[in-house]
Amino acid sequence: MLTGPAAVFFYFFSLIMVASAVMVVAVRNPVHSVLFLILTFFNAAALFLLAGAEFLAMILLIVYVGAVAILFLFVVMMLDVGFIELRRRSFKYMPIGVLIGFLLLAELIIIFLSSSFSSKFSAVVSAPIDMVTRSNTQALGDVLYTDYAFYFEVGGIILLVAMIGVIVLTLHHRTGIKRQSIAEQVSRTSETAIEIKKVESNKGI
Amino acid sequence: MYVDIVHYLIVSAILFTIGIFGIFLNRKNIIIVLMSVELILLSVNLNFVAFSSILHDLVGQIFSLFVLTVSAAEAAIGLAILVVFFRNRGSIAIEDINMIKG
Repeated sequence: MLTGPAAVFFYFFSLIMVASAVMVVAVRNPVHSVLFLILTFFNAAALFLLAGAEFLAMILLIVYVGAVAILFLFVVMMLDVGFIELRRRSFKYMPIGVLIGFLLLAELIIIFLSSSFSSKFSAVVSAPIDMVTRSNTQALGDVLYTDYAFYFEVGGIILLVAMIGVIVLTLHHRTGIKRQSIAEQVSRTSETAIEIKKVESNKGI
Repeated sequence: MYVDIVHYLIVSAILFTIGIFGIFLNRKNIIIVLMSVELILLSVNLNFVAFSSILHDLVGQIFSLFVLTVSAAEAAIGLAILVVFFRNRGSIAIEDINMIKG
């Protein structure tokens, strides 16, 4: 799949990615955690590039680092929770976590090492990549807007629902603030707005 | 040096395991738990892209795009719920989230 310098870069980026992923779950300060998450995304984008998925690498940088990770950063900084108080971490679940983690990792690696993937599935390819005449982005668009147009629309609906849901959840009207009510302003007449008082001479109101 | 698909799969398995382990390690801080879920989804995407590359099939990248879409929506809604919860209760520690316990 990759040879020569590309393989060296693969090891380089994957080492940094795994190290920063460990830091995401290990550091105490959530702000540092988000910054390490961003580093993880950058290195994952580099791995995507090495695998030939340029468009997804750019989407990962723009959408993930640019929007989702920054959203995490906003929320972490907005919720001014006492970090020290919050991060009294319980090591109660540490042994079971380590156990499950190592079991899972060992299982996965044993499966991957004992089977060969390269030639088995080549008969089921449904949208072959044409590297010569089209770029990755162009090929992706050709497939996405024709064969997968319905799923594309469903993705748009999901994003719309998420957007409306988030706005409805976080919008709240503060009490005690004077707001402009245009309907009330327009429906006022001189009868309701003006009060005429007779002022006698040599007296105040 | 030579990199096979198995290398990609092992890196993504390590990332997945770190995500699972992060959920166990940071049970008190729900923001870190959400970040661990993001790590898990990233490892899934890495698998999809690696298989798409080895099979010369674009469908893996299409599906990875949809995974990105859904996880972006999930992160946004999760953080919004977190903000609302913090506004109501003044705390986001997971052990305080027991309002509807019977």
